[in-house]
Amino acid sequence: MEFQYQYLLDLVSKGKRPDGRKPDEYRDINIETGVIFKAEGSAKVSIGETQVLAGVKLGIGQPYPDKPDEGVLITGAEFSPVASPEFEAGPPDEDAIELARVVDRGIRESEAIDMKKLFIDEENV
Amino acid sequence: MKRIDGRKPDELRPLVIKAGVINQADGSAMVKLGNTTAVAAVYGPRLLHPKHLQEPDRAYLRTVYSMVPFSTYERVKPGPSRRSIEICKVTRHALEPAIFLEEFPKTVIDVFIDIIEADAGTRTAGINAASVALADAGIPMKGLVSAVAVGKINDTYILDLNGKEEEETFCDMPVAYINRTKEVSLLQMDGKIDKKDIKELLKLALKGCEIIYEEQKKALKNRWIGD
Amino acid sequence: MMVVMSELKKKNREFVIPGDEIIRSMDYIPGKNCFREGESIYAKRLGLVEITGRVVSVIPLSGVYIPRVGDMVIGRIEELQVNGWLVDINSPCIAYLPFSGVREYIDPVKVDPLKIYNVGDMIYAKVASMVGKVSVTLSMLDPRARKFKTGRILKISPVKIPRLIGKRGSMINLLKEKARCKISVGQNGLVWAEGEKIDVIVKVIKLIEKESHVEGLTDMIAELLEKEGS
Repeated sequence: MEFQYQYLLDLVSKGKRPDGRKPDEYRDINIETGVIFKAEGSAKVSIGETQVLAGVKLGIGQPYPDKPDEGVLITGAEFSPVASPEFEAGPPDEDAIELARVVDRGIRESEAIDMKKLFIDEENV
Repeated sequence: MKRIDGRKPDELRPLVIKAGVINQADGSAMVKLGNTTAVAAVYGPRLLHPKHLQEPDRAYLRTVYSMVPFSTYERVKPGPSRRSIEICKVTRHALEPAIFLEEFPKTVIDVFIDIIEADAGTRTAGINAASVALADAGIPMKGLVSAVAVGKINDTYILDLNGKEEEETFCDMPVAYINRTKEVSLLQMDGKIDKKDIKELLKLALKGCEIIYEEQKKALKNRWIGD
Repeated sequence: MMVVMSELKKKNREFVIPGDEIIRSMDYIPGKNCFREGESIYAKRLGLVEITGRVVSVIPLSGVYIPRVGDMVIGRIEELQVNGWLVDINSPCIAYLPFSGVREYIDPVKVDPLKIYNVGDMIYAKVASMVGKVSVTLSMLDPRARKFKTGRILKISPVKIPRLIGKRGSMINLLKEKARCKISVGQNGLVWAEGEKIDVIVKVIKLIEKESHVEGLTDMIAELLEKEGS
């Protein structure tokens, strides 16, 4: 709301925020793991009123031809219409796709997962 | 006969219902039946675009049922499947008779159901959650809708099939029921049974719906009045 | 006429959900948010029972704003059209402010209407007329109507507005005094405030949202205002 912009500027110049927090203060953070019974790994994270549910599923497949000795990581994100009046049902829009790709790169580049460890020898499949 | 999880034939799985779980929504609810968890959010009534979907004399009830990719053993491909589209439709038909849609012409009442854990009975969990969410949102209704699935293994009729039982059962019959008016608003059957079975299965299902109805009412009371 | 107690299923101010039977009697009539089926009157919406005389109603605890002629509402200018503006009034309806409903004379050839009300402007307007349930015509001719230039807009569930206003304005006047603010209340669940202690108003709104079904709410608010106000 445009005229509220002025109100916010005034508040911020006084070091205040509409919900009373200080400029460098976070909203309440909550983290729970193992919340989804059928997922091999899962977590529920909330920051203030934003809630995110994440799940990990494992499966067996073929390595990519250019990385024949590594496992495969696929990241997807959905902005469920449950979560906000602004989200519409349907395939992921550009925001959801961007989020998924940024998170994917974050996990991949950090090398937090050793992709080689995800490789199963042909005999052992 | 003892079931795989030790339940009696007419026993529901542990049931947890919470109303008002999504702050942004006009109404919302979570239903956990055993290991099946559904979250429903209601937005509306609100203006409906595109205009050609508007109905001149009533609200358009739009239900979307969706399974989260990590809700099942095998990862579900994101996006609507033919199964989920069927469930959207039957869910809408199960809820419509209970709502005073004529009070909001040209608008849409959006009901979004996310299945975050699936262990059979997802469409019924979804309907239970949606019903509570609609009441939570202040939508005028004739009564709440409750739903449960029944089946038959060997010669025993069982209430509220879990995932393993769904694989063994001779028939899978989800039922939705408006307790107050004693009307059945959803009845599907997958399997092979005879006339006598239908009567007994329906009786068992309605018994289950009565129990679920009490929990739905409690959840709403807890949310608005507290204890 | 005496009520035979066995007919009354729910007491006054009792919490009900849609479909709950309130009274089984042909001597009562269904009021707001209730309906009759056969011999009984049932609740249509989630809320609290209110029986006044022969009328059985339910005071809703949740739900969207349904406009009524005469209501003052706070809206956001959305779009300029041929003869007026489309306004968002936080309701499932189409609200229109025609040029004829505005005090300044508008000759669209000479004056750009957006100079008077631009997209994004917040206005305090009156619901002048309605066609059916979905089409609302607004007017700025009421003396209270104006465009907001400063201040803050807060949101409260529209069904709680009567609580915020209080009997004959008692609550809202107390609030204006203790928080030393100017306040304009929109029936559609939007509230404009400007002044010293806006955060007190925010706290009161939060309290009303949480506890409006509770008996001692007026006292709770008075207590809060004593602590925080003046």
